[in-house]
Amino acid sequence: MSGAAVTGGTRTWWRRCLERAVDGAVAAVRGLVLCGLAAIGLIPLAGVALTLLYVMRGAGELLGLHGGPYPGKLGAATIALIASIPASRRLAKFTRYLAGRWCRVAIAAPYRPMPRDAEPNLVKLLVRRAGWLLGDPATWRDLLWLPVAASGGLLLAAAPAGFVLGGAVGAIAPLRLPGDGSPPHLLHLVVTGPAGFVAVALGLFAAPMLLHAYGNLASELLGPTRGSQLEQRVTHLARTRSDTLDAGAVELRRIERDLHDGAQARLVAMGMTLEVAGQLVDTEPAAAKALLAEARQSSAKALAELRDLVRGIHPPVLADRGLTAAISALALDSQVWVSVDGDLPGRPSPPVESAAYFAVSELLANVVKHAEARRVWIDLRHDNAMLRIGVTDDGVGGAAPGHGSGLRGIERRLAAFDGVLAVSSPPGGPTVVNMEIPCELSSPKTSSC
Amino acid sequence: MRVVIAEDLFLLRDGLSRLLEANGMRIVAAVDNGADLRTAVAEHEPDIAIVDVRLPPTFTDEGLRAALAARRDRPGLPVLVLSQYVEQLYARELLADGGGGIGYLLKDRVLDSAQFTAAVRQVAAGGTAMDPEVIARLLARSSGGDALATLSPREREVLGLMAEGRSNAAIAQRLVITERAVAKHTASIFTRLGLQPSDDDNRRVLAVLAYLGQ
Repeated sequence: MSGAAVTGGTRTWWRRCLERAVDGAVAAVRGLVLCGLAAIGLIPLAGVALTLLYVMRGAGELLGLHGGPYPGKLGAATIALIASIPASRRLAKFTRYLAGRWCRVAIAAPYRPMPRDAEPNLVKLLVRRAGWLLGDPATWRDLLWLPVAASGGLLLAAAPAGFVLGGAVGAIAPLRLPGDGSPPHLLHLVVTGPAGFVAVALGLFAAPMLLHAYGNLASELLGPTRGSQLEQRVTHLARTRSDTLDAGAVELRRIERDLHDGAQARLVAMGMTLEVAGQLVDTEPAAAKALLAEARQSSAKALAELRDLVRGIHPPVLADRGLTAAISALALDSQVWVSVDGDLPGRPSPPVESAAYFAVSELLANVVKHAEARRVWIDLRHDNAMLRIGVTDDGVGGAAPGHGSGLRGIERRLAAFDGVLAVSSPPGGPTVVNMEIPCELSSPKTSSC
Repeated sequence: MRVVIAEDLFLLRDGLSRLLEANGMRIVAAVDNGADLRTAVAEHEPDIAIVDVRLPPTFTDEGLRAALAARRDRPGLPVLVLSQYVEQLYARELLADGGGGIGYLLKDRVLDSAQFTAAVRQVAAGGTAMDPEVIARLLARSSGGDALATLSPREREVLGLMAEGRSNAAIAQRLVITERAVAKHTASIFTRLGLQPSDDDNRRVLAVLAYLGQ
């Protein structure tokens, strides 16, 4: 019994070792690829260095310190600069991508948004673009990254592969018999061989960690600085705030119009009908009766319209029972089969609840309108301070924000809460829409009965 | 008939009391919150409780919860729930115990006093009275690929009216067909939905609603 357990334990130990070794080998190879990338980075770096050199020499020429055709050199310098900066940016982007995939360090892009104003004049446009590129500190940090990557970064990334390869050479040293048929050298057998094995093991063991360290190093220079983070945040907030205000104003206008054309108009008509009925009640009771019936019908219609309006502003079930129940109620009213799965341990704040509800409501309406779906699955979860809602349908797919699908509107509505929306909808389906809204839940509700 | 009313708005409570008294019913208690409803029901043992969904202190679905609680206290207690809006979700909860004697109507229906008092009597007698809006939504939703889709438009109409709590005679009058034709339709509906025919109108309605509420 215990023997079997020990064997099992040993086996899993071996398996773990093997897995680590494989991970290490993969990490070592990735390190080499990153080294290659760092080496390529030297090309744009050389371009920039050359530019600086030319500019300095050019300045010298203007001052009469050197002779030579200044404009030609300046032209070459400009071309070198124009080519190197976008190249360094591209390299930085690729490094960020690899850092996320391989080093488990997610690095956000730190760039300022490109100016989007229309500029018909090509020269002015180019100047503006150049100003945007050169004025962004991230551009210079990208450039700074190149020498860092080529020096310290290179060492960090290449070390595991170096250990493994060097170690391997040492480890097989005892096997390389001298040509004269004598036994392997004692020194190789006792020192070089074992040391080689240790080096290989060390290299494999350390590779993932060093790769992670490389990612962190890259993040220092390629990631957003505090300043650029705040800058991006301010831009985002300014945009979502104006979107939210616009949406609020549009909504108020819609409500005003609905009331004006609907319930209000019906109540006016009702008042007039009642007035006439009052005049007729003695002389023509039959006609008065008919008018009264008409007035009653008008009141029923006005009530129905008010009910619809209220449902559009703040759905009763949402107020009564919260998000999951309200979405279940939506599902019951939907024309397609909808399964709702989710149990939130508490309730998000009312604005978040309402935004999430209307987002799901809009998505369901989309499904009915466009997807030709037969089934829809909705799931709600809350983890890591994030409300996650997935809406999946088995329809025809091909949904994309901007095709009049209302997805853009949902995106905007969620953005006000820093929420995001991701759509996957290949032609032929299925369509999966995932929404995430950062929020805290209130303490679990206590049922009154 | 002895009635308990739970409605927090004085005007509506008063109006409702007067309407029902004018139609020969007796209001034994008129309360304005859920807790008092349960006490009043225990004390007076009424023939029916008429309850507003939205009651203090939470002004959410307090009345619905109180009505369900009162029904747990006294199984089979006929309950008529009134609301400014109707939700299938709540209709299901009310029907969940399958005991009959359940009504769920929009407040607007009070305006038609004859039909409203008929619904009150129907529920008090152990029948059901679902608001046409609930039925309409149930039927609209079930247009998908299930057994309901096999019903003819006329049969769907008959099913809807049955669920509102109308008798075969009333349905015949409403649709301007003979009672025999209605009976034929109902028999066909039950066959298509795989329900055992029964002589008891209310049980048939309950069975249909249970089916719709699946």
